[in-house]
Amino acid sequence: SNAEYGMMEAYKLMQTIRRFEVTADGAYKAKLIRGFLHLYNGQEAVCAGMEAALRSEDHIITAYRDHGWYLGRGGSLEAGFAELLGRIGGCSRGNGGSMHFYDKANNFYGGNGIVGAQGPLGAGIAFGAKFKNRDEVCVTLYGDGAANQGQLFEAYNMAQLWSLPTIFVCENNLYGMGTSIERASANRNFYKRAEYVPGMRVDGMDVLAVRAATRWARDHAVAHGPVVLEMETYRYAGHSMSDPGTAYRTREEIRTIRQNKDPIERHRRRLIDAGMADLAELKAIDKEIKTRVDEAFAAAKLSPEPTVAESLYAHQQVLELPTHRNIGCEVPASQ
Amino acid sequence: MFKSVRSKTCVLARRFSTSASPLTLSEAMKGPTTKLNLFMALNAAMDTALSTDPSVCLFGEDVAFGGVFRATTDLREKHGDDRVFNTPLCEQGIAGFAVGMAAVGATPVAEIQFADYIFPAFDQIVNEAAKYRYRSGNQFDVGGLTIRSPYGAVGHGGLYHSQSPEAYFCHTPGLKVVMPATPAAAKGLLLASIRDKNPVVFLEPKWLYRSAVEEVPDADFEVPLGEAAVWRQGDDVTLVGWGAQMHVMAEAAELAASELGVECELIELRTLLPWDQATVAASVERTGRLLVSHEAPRTGGLGAEICAQMQEQCFLRLEAPPARVTGYDTPFPLVFEKLYVPDKLKIFAAIKDLVNY
Repeated sequence: SNAEYGMMEAYKLMQTIRRFEVTADGAYKAKLIRGFLHLYNGQEAVCAGMEAALRSEDHIITAYRDHGWYLGRGGSLEAGFAELLGRIGGCSRGNGGSMHFYDKANNFYGGNGIVGAQGPLGAGIAFGAKFKNRDEVCVTLYGDGAANQGQLFEAYNMAQLWSLPTIFVCENNLYGMGTSIERASANRNFYKRAEYVPGMRVDGMDVLAVRAATRWARDHAVAHGPVVLEMETYRYAGHSMSDPGTAYRTREEIRTIRQNKDPIERHRRRLIDAGMADLAELKAIDKEIKTRVDEAFAAAKLSPEPTVAESLYAHQQVLELPTHRNIGCEVPASQ
Repeated sequence: MFKSVRSKTCVLARRFSTSASPLTLSEAMKGPTTKLNLFMALNAAMDTALSTDPSVCLFGEDVAFGGVFRATTDLREKHGDDRVFNTPLCEQGIAGFAVGMAAVGATPVAEIQFADYIFPAFDQIVNEAAKYRYRSGNQFDVGGLTIRSPYGAVGHGGLYHSQSPEAYFCHTPGLKVVMPATPAAAKGLLLASIRDKNPVVFLEPKWLYRSAVEEVPDADFEVPLGEAAVWRQGDDVTLVGWGAQMHVMAEAAELAASELGVECELIELRTLLPWDQATVAASVERTGRLLVSHEAPRTGGLGAEICAQMQEQCFLRLEAPPARVTGYDTPFPLVFEKLYVPDKLKIFAAIKDLVNY
């Protein structure tokens, strides 16, 4: 994502994310991936549309439905798959798994398990950027479930007081795990929840709407301070692989949205209608993406498992006590 | 299965009153029992609590449909949605709300969906719940408060679905911390916790929700807090543990007996705060060797407290330094969970070192 994504790049990113998720789904069912897996199918336009208006030096932090965001930032397919498989070649060296994709080089801060906790983190990242006098924003994503976490409101307040270049983004896919927004939120206008922070509701299934909103949001955030974007979006899969996703919503609803609002299908028709590509070209692109994704997965499977030293004692700081090690801290530069 | 348990419980339930002491586990075992797993036993306890005390209510994320581990199945249907209800996704809010209810005299049983998520609620538990009675000079207390949460390794949980945070809460005067390891005792411990006039953090070993199965009394009974249980008697080594780790230690004790001829005394604390120092000390006085094992990381774990206390109390009797077999000082790993957890071989090796010291 070095330059602004155009229409074709947006299509390719969405299709790549979709293929990645489909492949991950299959791998999980084949028990190659264990633990937790939260798929992004249906929500691709949010990621692709935002990336189309962001710069590579901008920062992104999200919760656990993070594969698409990692790829959108420029993460490698192979490293993504390797992370899912828990291998050393993974973007987090196999330490995190699906919920904890990170990519420092691409300013992607993960990949967080405790929903809402990334809110103040995002405000802090934005503060860091501003503190260094940089023209960068931090996109801080959360879901409709996390929208009721208290620490988000603390983050809104700080961001507004100090005019932090933060774009808070609520990916409202209508369900927090199995709880509909009607049952969870007294105020379902998520774009208004930050009250004193300007907010906008966006059709998150339309990549161009997302791009337009993000352009505005970015300009505002850099010049004035935080904004909230509520992306109306939808996930086809359940919350995670252990949720079929049909206990709390109808198959009819899923089918209808998939048929009428699928972001990739919509964008494909738009490209064809605008004369930017024909069906054959797009099919060729789809095929090429599928091949690339399949090859990346095959390569990821060859990545070795982390060693004990890598996995258990990664990045340790050695304290003075000879028999004691404090784990989880960076090795000081002098060592 | 559930329906028969409910009706039996209603028929035989003794209404708890301050004038009569509750049935004990051994007394209750003489009556009718039903084969239940851990989550069913906990369900039965909550059902009994809701049936016998109108001030009890149950809430948390997704509890209404039965909860992500099915521990609260059918309770809403039976007791009504004004007493069993869902909360939004807000742990700090859930805990604070429960503290407030308890301050007014209700008996809230609040669920935190995974113990890994309890930290936004940490302030409410440590600063509000634990200190309410003290700071108000006993005008107010939140004795009716119980916070239940699944904890511990589950095979694939990774960093945020596997943690054992008991040490943080055991470091907080004003709280009680309880952890069952078997279904029958779990029912009695949860009932005791809900009825105890102090705020209790009740940690449930998620690993055992389905895999631990035994005959559980249908009756209303309690297992007293603050009392440890001796699983196995022995004169050579004292093993102390809690929760899911008990089953690992039981296997290690078996191995020690068959391979080394070493007879271990295996003690389950059940209540971690206040823990039963007397039972452990009496055992250590006899064996002279102590080993504590827990999934939680080594440094600052509850094992350190137990070893320090026993060293102080039984110093001259000790034949070897007290041993701890614990998780490593690292965030709970993803791929190498099997390597991280203190398994029976690590415990066996430590037992060997103890007797050969």
